Amino acid sequence: MKNKLIMLACGFISMGAAAKETITIATVNNGDMITMKELSSDFTRQNPDIDLKWVTLEENILRQRVTTDVATKGGQYDVMTIGTYEVPIWGKQNWLKELDNLGENYDLDDLIPAIRSGLTINDKLYAAPFYGESSMVMYRTDLMEKAGLTMPKAPTWDFIRKAAKAMTDKKEGVYGLCLRGKAGWGENVALITSMANSFGARWFDENWKPQFNTPEWENTLQYYVDVMKESGPAGSSANGFNENLALFQTGKCGIWIDATVAGAFVTNKKDSEVADKVGFALAPDNGLGKRGNWLWSWTLAVPASSKKPDAAMKFISWATSKEYTQLVADKKGWAKVPPGTRKSLYNNQKYMDAAPFAQITLDSIQSADPKNPTVKPVPYVGIQFVAIPEFQGIGTAVGQQFSAALTGQMTVKQALSTSQHLVERTMRKARYPK
Amino acid sequence: MTIKDSRRSKLIYTIAAWTISGMIFFPILWTLITSFKTEAEAISASPSLYAFDWTLENYRDVLSRSPYFTHFWNSVVISLGSSLLGLLIAVPAAWSMAFVQTKKTKHLLMWMLSTKMLPPVGVLIPIYLLFRDFALLDTKLGLVIVMTLINLPIMVWMLYTYFREIPNEILEASRMDGATIGEEIFHVLLPIALPGIASTLLLNVILSWNEAFWTLILTAANAAPLTAFIASYSSPEGLFYAKLSAASAMAIVPILILGWFSQKQLVRGLSFGAVK
Repeated sequence: MKNKLIMLACGFISMGAAAKETITIATVNNGDMITMKELSSDFTRQNPDIDLKWVTLEENILRQRVTTDVATKGGQYDVMTIGTYEVPIWGKQNWLKELDNLGENYDLDDLIPAIRSGLTINDKLYAAPFYGESSMVMYRTDLMEKAGLTMPKAPTWDFIRKAAKAMTDKKEGVYGLCLRGKAGWGENVALITSMANSFGARWFDENWKPQFNTPEWENTLQYYVDVMKESGPAGSSANGFNENLALFQTGKCGIWIDATVAGAFVTNKKDSEVADKVGFALAPDNGLGKRGNWLWSWTLAVPASSKKPDAAMKFISWATSKEYTQLVADKKGWAKVPPGTRKSLYNNQKYMDAAPFAQITLDSIQSADPKNPTVKPVPYVGIQFVAIPEFQGIGTAVGQQFSAALTGQMTVKQALSTSQHLVERTMRKARYPK
Repeated sequence: MTIKDSRRSKLIYTIAAWTISGMIFFPILWTLITSFKTEAEAISASPSLYAFDWTLENYRDVLSRSPYFTHFWNSVVISLGSSLLGLLIAVPAAWSMAFVQTKKTKHLLMWMLSTKMLPPVGVLIPIYLLFRDFALLDTKLGLVIVMTLINLPIMVWMLYTYFREIPNEILEASRMDGATIGEEIFHVLLPIALPGIASTLLLNVILSWNEAFWTLILTAANAAPLTAFIASYSSPEGLFYAKLSAASAMAIVPILILGWFSQKQLVRGLSFGAVK
């Protein structure tokens, strides 16, 4: 009898062990993701039958790894952190599972439409947004006052140039304008493509013919090079988000135009020397109906090769839910809540009070339209990128030309002419032009 | 040359050696110093070598956020395992090339070395598919195999160079005494070539420890070594330099200590090995 009981107990234990699933989550090392990992014990408490394993990596390494895995159906990951660039491409390739089981209380309609539309293909959602961002103007209120100027809520590029010049004091090491200069499709190309949209430029016409030989592109790049020569910091061709963040936080920049997520960093008194002297405004425009702001979100998706899609979707549902937002607010404070994905967050006065950049973030995200990114019609989706597989390659190659124009290694015309040739060649090989 | 000239040239060489060593070591020193700064101090426009508030905060954060010892253990298993497995294959291979040469031996050696000239990404997809099909993805065994294969040409070359220095007559004498091939290798060749084998082993441990392409691509949560641990502290949006420095320091210190204690063998290995 005793032996039978032991066997029965062993049976139950082994059944329990067999029923327990482990899902592997691949993510980037951003503050919001670190918080998600810290708070994930809440998920495992609610779902004792699911264990979590984490793989946290730098963005480019993560992209290389998950791309290899998803393309070869390796099945190493059950939840992947990917961006709005990958979702439409991978969704069309059937590399992702449709998120059709996020639970009854998920409230899909609460997702900000601009963000949701970038993750939806043929009315099917392929990724859930974890946090969303656009770009905006961050400026030093004290320097602006000293210059005798007032930043409008929606400035023009002309005003930015004028203000940057007035705020620059190179002897004191203060530069009027900090912009990304580091070459890369997610670096200077993200900024300059967004700028170009507001100047009326586009990457391709309706027939996929590259458009770098147009006056709109020349105006954009000439403005960028000129304004950086006038008011930018030395060595700006090496500056990306983090380098400019460091410059702004240490009081070296008058104006910085970059991701809305930076709002939380520059107003954080622990790290920022100028935390109480920062103002925010919408990304600039040129009066053509489009602003120079981008749209990006880090999302959670389930690769088609996952063997545990139900558990993976349960996790995604938890991490991108309203309840998770409340959990972060309770444990870390409202300012630490992942921004830019749900309308309800911006109806919450506690969040709006804690994040002085919240309204600008929402306005920027809502004004972004990935399907109509610029003044003229385009055949592609994406604001600061073109959602085609070739873009990583051509984007970085074009970024190198822009960077060379910034350093003076080539003229604006040469940089655009070279960009035109190399993009034409790639697109011709890929049989895009009709 | 007078004694005065000799002293002067010695002084110049000493200064040059210290300057070059200092330049090589400075990035490591800077990483170590940055690991004791706050993130704000790490990005300061006027950074200081010592005049800042030293803190262990980064080490505490890194240890609380990542399973350092799991990564460390994975690194130890992968680097030692691949080096030992590599030796098992490389010793007989180098023996045959050094002592039983044919017309094609030199070509074979060059061909082996040429495999190192191929960019790893060129064989990424086939290797990934093989790993997937043999269920080797994210396993230490898989990494041991791939590290062994990557470093095998260097091991064979180094051992071949060592073995060539050993007079063939010694081995012939053992054969005359009736030794089998195994006895010849284990009882005669290996004791004589032990310093060379040790330096080959050490160099390969270091190469495997630092390898950061396959170890990042082929692992996920279970077999990820310290290279993945470091890679998890870089961020596209947010300041991370101090924490990244702490993670880097924790990853390189064990191998630095190993290198320090075995520098004699390493120097001998590098100066007499394949890069002679």
